[in-house]
Amino acid sequence: MKSLGSIRRSFAPWTDPKSVPFIAVKNVTKRFGDFVAVDDLSLNIYPREFFALLGASGCGKSTLLRMLAGFEQPTSGEIILDGQSLAGIPPYKRPVNMMFQSYALFPHMTVENNIAFGLKQDGMPKADIAARVDQMLKLVKLDKFAKRKPHQLSGGQRQRVALARSLAKRPKVLLLDEPLGALDKKLREETQFELMDLQQELGLTFVVVTHDQEEAMTMADRIAVMAHGKVVQVATPPEIYEAPNSRFVADFIGDVNIFDGTVSSAGNGTAEIATQTGFTVRVASTEPPAVGAKAGFAVRPEKIRVGRDRPACAPLNAAQGEIWDIGYLGDMTVFHVKLKDGKVIKASSLNAVRAVEDPLGYDQEVWISFDENAGVVLKD
Amino acid sequence: MAKFGSALFNRLVIIIPYAWLLFFFLIPFFIVIRISLSETAVAMPPYLPVFDLASGFGGIIDNIKQFSIDNYIWLTEDALYTKAYISSLWIAGVSTFLTLLIAYPVAYGMAQAPNTIRPTLLMLVILPFWTSFLIRVYAWIAILKPEGLLNQLLLTLGVIDQPLIILNTNWAIYIGIVYSYLPFMVLPIYSSLEKMDHSLTEAAQDLGCTPIRAFWRVTFPLSLPGVVAGCMLVFIPAVGEFVIPDLLGGSETLMIGKTLWNEFNANRDWPVSAAVATILLLILVVPIMFFQHAQSKADAEGR
Repeated sequence: MKSLGSIRRSFAPWTDPKSVPFIAVKNVTKRFGDFVAVDDLSLNIYPREFFALLGASGCGKSTLLRMLAGFEQPTSGEIILDGQSLAGIPPYKRPVNMMFQSYALFPHMTVENNIAFGLKQDGMPKADIAARVDQMLKLVKLDKFAKRKPHQLSGGQRQRVALARSLAKRPKVLLLDEPLGALDKKLREETQFELMDLQQELGLTFVVVTHDQEEAMTMADRIAVMAHGKVVQVATPPEIYEAPNSRFVADFIGDVNIFDGTVSSAGNGTAEIATQTGFTVRVASTEPPAVGAKAGFAVRPEKIRVGRDRPACAPLNAAQGEIWDIGYLGDMTVFHVKLKDGKVIKASSLNAVRAVEDPLGYDQEVWISFDENAGVVLKD
Repeated sequence: MAKFGSALFNRLVIIIPYAWLLFFFLIPFFIVIRISLSETAVAMPPYLPVFDLASGFGGIIDNIKQFSIDNYIWLTEDALYTKAYISSLWIAGVSTFLTLLIAYPVAYGMAQAPNTIRPTLLMLVILPFWTSFLIRVYAWIAILKPEGLLNQLLLTLGVIDQPLIILNTNWAIYIGIVYSYLPFMVLPIYSSLEKMDHSLTEAAQDLGCTPIRAFWRVTFPLSLPGVVAGCMLVFIPAVGEFVIPDLLGGSETLMIGKTLWNEFNANRDWPVSAAVATILLLILVVPIMFFQHAQSKADAEGR
C-alpha cells in the first residue's frame, strides 16, 4: 500500500510493531443458541484511537460492543482492556461507558441528574459532582438546559445529554452504539465533526458501532468491516475505499464497478486481466495473482473517464459503449454506460465548471477509460 | 352528507359515556344524598319526606324544608361509625400493601419473561375471573377453617401441632382481599414495566449501579404510575368491601361495608345508611384525586 502512505494521518500506532493495544479482542466467539453472532474474532484497538465497527445489521458488531460493555459474556475467547482481562467483570465495574442507540436517558431525572448519575454511584463528593456536571454541560453546550427533563429536549439535545452522561465518569473507553442514527442528515454531519473534535480534545479511545459507511469514513481512524460475525478488513478509511481486500468490502463501501476475468500476464508491479466484457485491463499490483488465475478488477465510478474520443491507452483500459442513463446531482453527474456486451457500468464526473459546452447526451457512443492505478485486483 | 354524519357520530360517541355517568352515577348519587337528608319512617319507602309531584311546586318546597343533617350528626355521635371507617381504611391499607408486595414481583417476572410466553402469563392472571367471585371467597372458608385444607396440610407436615385460627379474623380478610384483588394490582404494574426501555437498566449498570441499585434508582421510580394505579384499584373497592369481611371476617371485624349492610337490611334505616355511603364516598374522593393528579402528571411527562 505504498502509494497510500501520503494520505495516512500521522496518528498510526497500528503500523508500529512496538505499540501495545489498549483493547485486545482475542479469538472471541459469541453464540446465542445455534446462532453464531461473533465468530472467532480478533482485533486490536490502540489508545486514543477512534475505531469504527461497520457492517450491515446482524453482522455481530453490536454484540461485540455489548461484550466490551459487559452486557454479554463471550462464549469463548477473551477481551483485554489496558492489560487486564475483562472476563467475569460485570458492567458496573468496567472502566468503560456506553452511549446507547436509544440514548437511554432516565426520563424521571433532569439533565443534570442524568449526567450526575454515574458520579453519585461512585460516591464522589457533592461539590466535585456539581463541578463535573457543569463542565460536561459546557462541553456539550447544554448549560441552559440543566434543569430540563429529557422529554423537553430535541433529538439533538438528547443525543448530547447521552454523550455528556457517558463521558462524565471519564471512562478509559467510550462505546457508542449508532450514536447519530436518530438524527437527521444535516445534524448528523455536524455532530460527526463535533464528536471527532471531542475525542481529540479528551484524548479518549472511542469505539463506535455504525451501519452508515459515510459516518465511519468521516470519523474513524480505522474501520473494521464486519460480516457474519467476522472481521473482513481492518484499515484506515482511505485504505478501505481505495484498496479493499475483497469483493465484499469493495461492494459494501461506496459504489464500484467489478469486471471479472482471467489474469493474462503478471509481473513488474502490474497485472493484465482479460475481462469477460471483452477488453484487457492493465492494473498496478504489487502482489499480482498467477497467470491464468481467475480475478476481478474493481474500479470506482469517479476514476472512470467518459468521452467521445478514442483514448490514447486503447485498447488497454478502455471500452466502447453508449450512454444509458444520466443522473445530475449538482456537484457531479453520474453516467450509466452500457458496454458492447450489455454490461452497464457507473462513471461519475465532477461538475467543476458551471456550463459545459455540448454535454454528453443519452444514447451517445462513448469511450470509457481509466488509469493503471485507478482500480485494484480482487483475488476472491 | 358524509361529513355531517361523521360529526354527528363524533358527538354521539362523546355523549354516550357522559349520559351513562349521568343516569347511572350522578342521578343515583343525588338520590342517595337526598335519602341521607331524610328521616326514617315506618312506611314504604321507609323514609320521609316523599316527593309527590301532584302536590305541586309549593309541596316540593315544603318537602325540601323538611330535610335535615341529623343523620350526619348521628354518625359523629356514635363511635361505632368512626371506628368502622378507621378500621375499614386500616384493613384496606394493610391489604393494599400486602397485595403490592406480592403483585410487584409477579408483574416484574411477567415483564422479564420471553415475549412468547407473556400472553399465557397474562391469561393466567386473569383466569380466576372466570369463576364466580362468591364461589372463590367461599372456597377460602374451606381452606382457612380450623379443620380446613391449610391446617390439615400444616398439621400433616408437622409445622404446627394446633390448628391455626385464621378464619373469622382480620388475617382471613387480608388473605381474601389480597387474593381477590391481586390481578388489579398486577396488570397496571405489568403494563408500566413492560413498556419500559430495557436499555435504561443497562445504562444504570453501565454507569456503576449493581442490578439491585439499578432497580431502585431507575426501574422502580419509573413503574410508580403503575404502582399508584394498582394501589388505587385495590384500596378504593377494598374500603367498601362487604362480601369478604362478611364471609371470612369475625363478629368483631368492623368494616363500613358491613355496617352499611346492617343499617340498610337489619335496621331498615335507609337514611342513616345513605349518610354512611355519602361519607364513605367523600373519604374515597381524596385518594381518587391523588390518583388523578399522579396520572395527569405522568401523562404530561409523556410516559
